Amino acid sequence: MAELVPGHVRVDRLRRRMIATQIVGAVVILLLALAPYVFVPAVTSQWIKLFYLITLATVWNLLAGYAGMVSVGQQAYIGLGAYGIFVFNDLGVNPYAGALVASVAIGVIAFGLSFVAFRLRGGYFAIGTWVIAEAVRQVVVRFDSLGAGRGRSIADYTEDPVMRNLFTYWLALGILAATLIATLFLLRSRMGVALQSIRDNEVAARALGIHVGRAKRIVFVIAGIGAGLAGSVISLQQLGVQSPNQIFSVSFSAFMVFMVLIGGIGTIEGPIVGAVVYYVMDLYFSQMGLWYTSARWACGTSRCSVCWRSS
Amino acid sequence: MVVVNALVQGILLGGVFAMAALGLSIAFGILRVVNLAHGEIMTVGAYIAAIALSRFGVSVWVSLLVAVPLLGLAGYWVQRAMLQRALRIGELAPLLVTFGIAIIIPNVLIELFTTNKQAIPTGGLAVSSISLVEGVNVGVLPLITMAVAVALIAATQLYLSKTRNGRYMRAAADDWETLRLMGVDHRRVYALAMAMAFGIAALAGVFFGMRQGGVTPYDGQLAVLFAFEAVIIGGLGSLWGTLAGGIVLGVSQTLAGVVSPELPLLVGNLVFLAVLMFRPTGIVQSKVAV
Repeated sequence: MAELVPGHVRVDRLRRRMIATQIVGAVVILLLALAPYVFVPAVTSQWIKLFYLITLATVWNLLAGYAGMVSVGQQAYIGLGAYGIFVFNDLGVNPYAGALVASVAIGVIAFGLSFVAFRLRGGYFAIGTWVIAEAVRQVVVRFDSLGAGRGRSIADYTEDPVMRNLFTYWLALGILAATLIATLFLLRSRMGVALQSIRDNEVAARALGIHVGRAKRIVFVIAGIGAGLAGSVISLQQLGVQSPNQIFSVSFSAFMVFMVLIGGIGTIEGPIVGAVVYYVMDLYFSQMGLWYTSARWACGTSRCSVCWRSS
Repeated sequence: MVVVNALVQGILLGGVFAMAALGLSIAFGILRVVNLAHGEIMTVGAYIAAIALSRFGVSVWVSLLVAVPLLGLAGYWVQRAMLQRALRIGELAPLLVTFGIAIIIPNVLIELFTTNKQAIPTGGLAVSSISLVEGVNVGVLPLITMAVAVALIAATQLYLSKTRNGRYMRAAADDWETLRLMGVDHRRVYALAMAMAFGIAALAGVFFGMRQGGVTPYDGQLAVLFAFEAVIIGGLGSLWGTLAGGIVLGVSQTLAGVVSPELPLLVGNLVFLAVLMFRPTGIVQSKVAV
């Protein structure tokens, strides 16, 4: 009888771990926010890259790991975020505020583009988003005011390089914190359960009364906004866009895929781990050149074919 | 007359797009795998032709005898060793594997051959042309490309409908488990289909390279998008549709080129997005499920 009613099994809704995670996360973010008072700017400005990498990995994981939409066209929103700063700067908005204003505009654009992208599914969705990213790039370079094919640097900017670095650092950290918090709460809401059911079986999810299209669209828009914000940070850190081909490069999507697969797709902590691994590898091995890129991908690819954790 | 010329050139340009799209269409139709590395396979094919010519002095046509079987073999191996395992895990895993391959190949090519363009000279072929009427000249190379594309599509169609292996492939596309019960190893059938897709990609890559006068490591990124656009515009699952899709894409690019030399790619993409929006099934409705 004891076997039939196993008393020692306890349903754990992770409440305790959730609270612990939140406290630890809040402390870490707070410490990171205070870091510029301890470390020299040369150190903290390097962390900016880590912050936007984690942001990118997290939003891609939201798309692919939770909503089952593998996109290789997120560079569209990264580029738009980078260029959005110029657009709103020309209208008189400060570059840092411009990043936030641009993210709203990008959300609207992503909403519109979702109607095109959602005509396709699975693998063709992936390549369709790539085409959309190419089209976006080709439209952006038609504007001479945005530097056409040459890129552009941010003109109206804080003079002091130390303050500039600081603001970018806090912006990047703030965006990262907002992304993580939004992801955490999104996935622990009814919406999160709905998303995971869509990922596992879309038809069954629809049969259970989940608004599949709406849920996917919300995630698509959030992922676009997240990528756009990361793009703004990249633009701020590089003092502008060096070339449209670089900011709209498909290799951004490649990085996102790599980070998420290495860390573990379909988990909240996976993209963070993956981004840190990628960042460290990039720091120490990047002088080895393209062989390193290839080897890294070979390892990512084999990992992918060996273990796709979520399904 | 300029417009008519652009129209004719666009139709012929469609030949190379259709050829590129055919391989992608086979891979998706039979294996349900979207091969994001398709463009890179084309690039490798073009590189083999270019290297064969510059290192060993072999003509482009002879190098095809090496490039096509070699990449066919590679396709067989990639399917058996990597994609078959990934397919078991889920629908999206193979996609990411091919994306990984698509990232590795250009990087390896850069390390081996630098980013410089590798020329694929064709003698006088690329510049020779036939004058149809005043102002409309048809290049010999695009004409050959178109003829090869049509022949390839017809041959593939025949192969799939008439031969034993072709029927296995269609059966595997519909229901591989039943095929397995009939005593056919579906993994071998899949691998053969992938070998076909890779071989055709190599061929298309060489023609694409000849048209461009050479090949660079990043050409594949453009090629895979063209191929994909041709597949979608033409209509999924229809082999002749890829030809129609290729022609629509080619014509819209050359017509846009008449207006401004910067426009072709953008207009090509916009036409694709418009088709996706307003006629998502493509312009040719498929009858035979491939």
